[in-house]
Amino acid sequence: MNNLPRLFTFAAPSRFYRLAGWTIPGFYGIAILSALASLYMGFFVAPVDATQGNSYRIIFIHVPAAWMSMVLYMAMAFWAAIGWAFNARMAFMLARALAPTGAAFTFLALWTGAFWGKPTWGAWWVWDARLTSELILLFLYLGYMALVEAIDDTRRADQAGALLAVVGAINVPIIYFSVRWWNTLHQGASISMTAAPKMASTMLMSMLLMTIACWSYAFAVVFVRARAIVLERERSTEWVQALLGNSVKENV
Amino acid sequence: MNWNSAAEFFEMGGYGLYVWGSYGVMAAWMLLEPMLAGRRFSAARAAAMEFEANGEQV
Repeated sequence: MNNLPRLFTFAAPSRFYRLAGWTIPGFYGIAILSALASLYMGFFVAPVDATQGNSYRIIFIHVPAAWMSMVLYMAMAFWAAIGWAFNARMAFMLARALAPTGAAFTFLALWTGAFWGKPTWGAWWVWDARLTSELILLFLYLGYMALVEAIDDTRRADQAGALLAVVGAINVPIIYFSVRWWNTLHQGASISMTAAPKMASTMLMSMLLMTIACWSYAFAVVFVRARAIVLERERSTEWVQALLGNSVKENV
Repeated sequence: MNWNSAAEFFEMGGYGLYVWGSYGVMAAWMLLEPMLAGRRFSAARAAAMEFEANGEQV
């Protein structure tokens, strides 16, 4: 147990603040470069689809956005649970920083899906298991954000939010497997761990590059927001005051 | 090369509204969100700087 405090050294907000600060420009850089490469592959290299025409090009952003919506939710629930279990301040702050970006990707997955569904299925929206469970994911994000904002006591807000986030995590496997468990209008997975991808390699490459872009973007923007939250919550601490060059004696 | 002209590119074989409606909103958000997050960070930093100026009670 003596090693436990050591394990949590990196969980200290001061440590996180500095490390995250160094990585943000790199993440933004990777995001921009891989997004540009993906757009080039997606619009100029990948050929037109035989049945869907050019409308299929929405897949290059739709699938990465949908993946991010689920990954970010799991990350948010994970950090909320860690915060709850270990009373770790930084974990709660990360959970809060993840929520708006996760909600945005969920909205974008639904939005791009609607713009793809209209020309392909003839409807902007259908109450299909995949679409409905993804819409519930958006409500979970919004519910989490509203809940933590509504409670003034930060600790209580974090804990209440954590409960919602953890319970809501059950929805993520439901989204993922919905296309297998139910008869959905939404197509099955194009990419899986067990089978060869069901698309041309140039299309796959564009989608994977956009996925890298979205991951890097999410890291960067979540880190910026997390650092803002650290400053909001810890501005009275010595380390923040020392960091900002205000006259506080260090190591008191 | 998939396109013979810029007009053809923007038309997207008749799917321009759907393709650009998707990409446009996603791009707009991915430009806006970093700005909003950056602004929140600057505001938090300014508030932390203020903290010392105003003493213990803010």
